[in-house]
Amino acid sequence: MESRTEIKKHLSTKHLLGIKNITADDINLIFSTADGFKEVLNRPIKKVPSLRDITVANLFFENSTRTRISFELAEKRLSADVVNFSASTSALKKGETLVDTVNNILAMKVDMVVMRHPNPGACVYLSKHIDVNIINAGDGAHEHPTQALLDAYSIREELGSVKGKKVVIVGDILHSRVALSNIFCLQKLGAEVMVCGPTTLMPRHISSLGVKVGHNLREALEWCDVANMLRIQLERQEIKYFPSLREYTMMFGLNKEILDSLSKKITVMHPGPINRGVEITSEVADSDQSIILNQVENGVAIRMAILYLLAGKIEKPS
Amino acid sequence: MNRRSILNEKSFELTINRLCYELIENHNDFSNTALVGLQPRGANLAERISAKLKEILGTKDILCGNIDVTFSRDDFRRRDNPIVPQSTNMNFIIEDKTVVLIDDVLFSGRTVRAGLDEILSYGRPRSVELLVLIDRRFSRQIPIEPNYVGKAVDTVQTQKVRVEWSEIDGKDQVYLETE
Repeated sequence: MESRTEIKKHLSTKHLLGIKNITADDINLIFSTADGFKEVLNRPIKKVPSLRDITVANLFFENSTRTRISFELAEKRLSADVVNFSASTSALKKGETLVDTVNNILAMKVDMVVMRHPNPGACVYLSKHIDVNIINAGDGAHEHPTQALLDAYSIREELGSVKGKKVVIVGDILHSRVALSNIFCLQKLGAEVMVCGPTTLMPRHISSLGVKVGHNLREALEWCDVANMLRIQLERQEIKYFPSLREYTMMFGLNKEILDSLSKKITVMHPGPINRGVEITSEVADSDQSIILNQVENGVAIRMAILYLLAGKIEKPS
Repeated sequence: MNRRSILNEKSFELTINRLCYELIENHNDFSNTALVGLQPRGANLAERISAKLKEILGTKDILCGNIDVTFSRDDFRRRDNPIVPQSTNMNFIIEDKTVVLIDDVLFSGRTVRAGLDEILSYGRPRSVELLVLIDRRFSRQIPIEPNYVGKAVDTVQTQKVRVEWSEIDGKDQVYLETE
């Protein structure tokens, strides 16, 4: 046992608030830990006892299916105790503030918080007022770090590495937290990133992040190795950004004809939920070039790795 | 630093041969036995023993896998940084099989305890045995004793036992380091 090589690396942060403030070393550490958990998830018994003395609160102030189930499964497979909270069924409507709500939950001895919130920066704000580890599960149009990590991890798994790969993110960049986190994550790992979509759905200074900007889907697909198709977030759009969904689909929807006419075989991703027939057709979503379900599978391993590494930073039992 | 040799290249090979013959005495043709190395360095020993057994018995069918016990360790959050896991490679189920857990050095017994937990994820074994290359006697913190021992040594807490493998370190040898 003494010959065990202990890697002296650890996460540079106590919280996972966004990809912007973590390092490439952090990301690679999360990936190598996730490799271990991916193996655990393929065992006959998919559970390890690492977090058995940890309680995690999942605070979802905004609706979610995939992320919430993925986090809950990750927590349960690490043997953590889990409490769930959703805004629709809570006392939030009675006028309690965010900090009060969270402090009340923490008073019941919770060790970690996973939070999704409709307001950008909610997790950063909370991290300044409470003491426990916080994982951002999406805050408004700001960041969605676990999604970006699982996307990059899926690219690494499919193509061998992320470095030097060309990734295009297509669609509603303006309202997308997935896009922003993906840009940070892919760039930190040495990939080239392009964003592609209608001018109205492109944030004004997006090119200052060092990404290419395109408005022609075919050109973007010819350039890339991987295309990440985003959902049009109609629920976040207060005004009309394009004339009709049909027109959007004609200009930026990915279908089999375009895919087959490209000079090389590209990998297709989607963070979900899919609007079939809008940003991507069923034929493409279910094709062998699509790794959409691998992304979902990897999501659990990535979240287990993050929970495990952050839990290692919780104070030792006295 | 002071180094004292425990096993040189020659005695290393003899020890492994002897361990193989001891295993054969109890396991016959290994049809219902699985060798499981504990990562990282127990995996090397399991690999070496399985190769030698195949050579002696003239068979190709010996189940041999390795497991990483990181997630079942009892010192999570007691050390400064979490340990990064190594790979696990178990492509068989151990239900109703005799499992021989294999590690290079037995010291506190805590790694083996974690290994016992970990193998339960792959089924309920009929029985479990423990084989180690080096047994550091009188240093156990948990009541775990090996069934097969390459060499037993008496050491103090501050000393370190180093096992080197030709495939990694260039030479098979074991030595004791004293600060």
